[in-house]
Amino acid sequence: MKFAGLLVMPAGFFLSIAALVLFPASNAVARGAFVLCGLAVEALGLVVAVRGHMEAQGKSSQ
Amino acid sequence: MTTNVPAVMSEATFALVLVSLLLAPLAIAGVALINAGLGRSRSAAQALLGNLAIVAVAAMAFALVGATLAGPMGGAGHVFQVSGKPWNWLGTGPFLLNGLAAAPAPTQLGLLFEFLAVAMAALIPWGSGADRLRLTAGCAVAAVLSAIVFPLLTHWVWAGGWLSQLGVNFSLGSGFVDPAGAGTIHVLGGLSALAVVWITGPRRGKFPQGGIATAMPGHNAVYILFGCLLALAGWLAFNVAGAVLWVRAPLSALPVTAINTLLSASGALAATFAVTRVRFGKPDASLCANGWLAGLVASSACAAVITPVEALIVGIVAGILTPLLVEVLELAVSIDDPSGAITVHAAGGLWGLVAAGIFAPQAGQLIAQLVGIAALLGLVLPLTYLLFWIVNRFVPFRVDTDGERIGMDLHELGGGAYPEFVIHRDDSYR
Repeated sequence: MKFAGLLVMPAGFFLSIAALVLFPASNAVARGAFVLCGLAVEALGLVVAVRGHMEAQGKSSQ
Repeated sequence: MTTNVPAVMSEATFALVLVSLLLAPLAIAGVALINAGLGRSRSAAQALLGNLAIVAVAAMAFALVGATLAGPMGGAGHVFQVSGKPWNWLGTGPFLLNGLAAAPAPTQLGLLFEFLAVAMAALIPWGSGADRLRLTAGCAVAAVLSAIVFPLLTHWVWAGGWLSQLGVNFSLGSGFVDPAGAGTIHVLGGLSALAVVWITGPRRGKFPQGGIATAMPGHNAVYILFGCLLALAGWLAFNVAGAVLWVRAPLSALPVTAINTLLSASGALAATFAVTRVRFGKPDASLCANGWLAGLVASSACAAVITPVEALIVGIVAGILTPLLVEVLELAVSIDDPSGAITVHAAGGLWGLVAAGIFAPQAGQLIAQLVGIAALLGLVLPLTYLLFWIVNRFVPFRVDTDGERIGMDLHELGGGAYPEFVIHRDDSYR
């Protein structure tokens, strides 16, 4: 589960980068929103990784 | 503003940056003392020896491999094209620092800055692995960071790489701005600390089954608080040197940079003092130290580009976040981070980077900062974890149970830091 979360995080990065290529500088709002979406995906991946860590730790302490 | 090192530099500027960089190791000494003080007494000698060894390994690994990948300041790099835009992602520096003596003075200063920065970055995860991370593993972590991950980031941010060119290529303000390494040093170090803690696991007895986390306070508050004062001197030096080297701040702007650094740390300390006073009835010394350090870390990103009032706000926010996040990580997420590096360096650095975007006058600067943060979280953390996971297969991170029971000093060094005093054992925490 931790690895799954960590694999999701680069996807968020590529979303953020895609915003720069897809939207022109004049469309700053759409660009910013797309970058934020990428960061949200990264945050999601981090949450999954943290949950994975907590589960693994719970099992090892039993 | 640009993030490339200046091509020419007056003698006065050169002298000032050189003197600043010669003082910057005080920041490393401060963090080393804080790391040692926040660990337990039976691991103090191993902690401080580890700090020295890590600085040595980081310097050698960066000289042998890292400096080549980081590339010369503003020099050529490996570039690929996407949608007609160049993405400079890897440096092409001379092998083994060849020809360094003949390089322009600003390039040499930039390299010295990077050597000190890599030592600081490699030191950060060591504190998080206190009391269970083996010395050889700490050195292996430092070698991997210094040879592979840090040079990549350095090239992207300081040596003309794609993050520094976001302004030129995509009209995003001045590109990703990080004059004193909030991202390159501290977020990298903090995320590496998270990876180390995930792989190493918590200290024995920290999270008893079915109970709440056991408090394991640092063994020497004097080390911790004196380390904070030392760190201030080093941070002033880092921020001033970084402002000249990476954002071409004029000499007349440097006093403001130094004042901003102090104000950010002061605001953070006052905020942490107040938060811990309200939550626990009395201010907590080690959390206040963490707050102070978080203020300094946040200032690394923005001290050179904001006003004093903004610096104070940056510090206050960092100081409020720090004790709350330390508590969340320990109690809600079961992360055992004795030095608080994940909160102080990763979260503090991320906040500083965001603040540099929020308070910047240029349009698009905030987006540039967010893209840099996306790179740190989305690429650097998974890469670092993967590399450490591989290293752990060959050089196990965690000491064996017996070593943890008798303490790292006796187990790894054969002698303690305080041979004339009684040392706490795990029984003390039952």
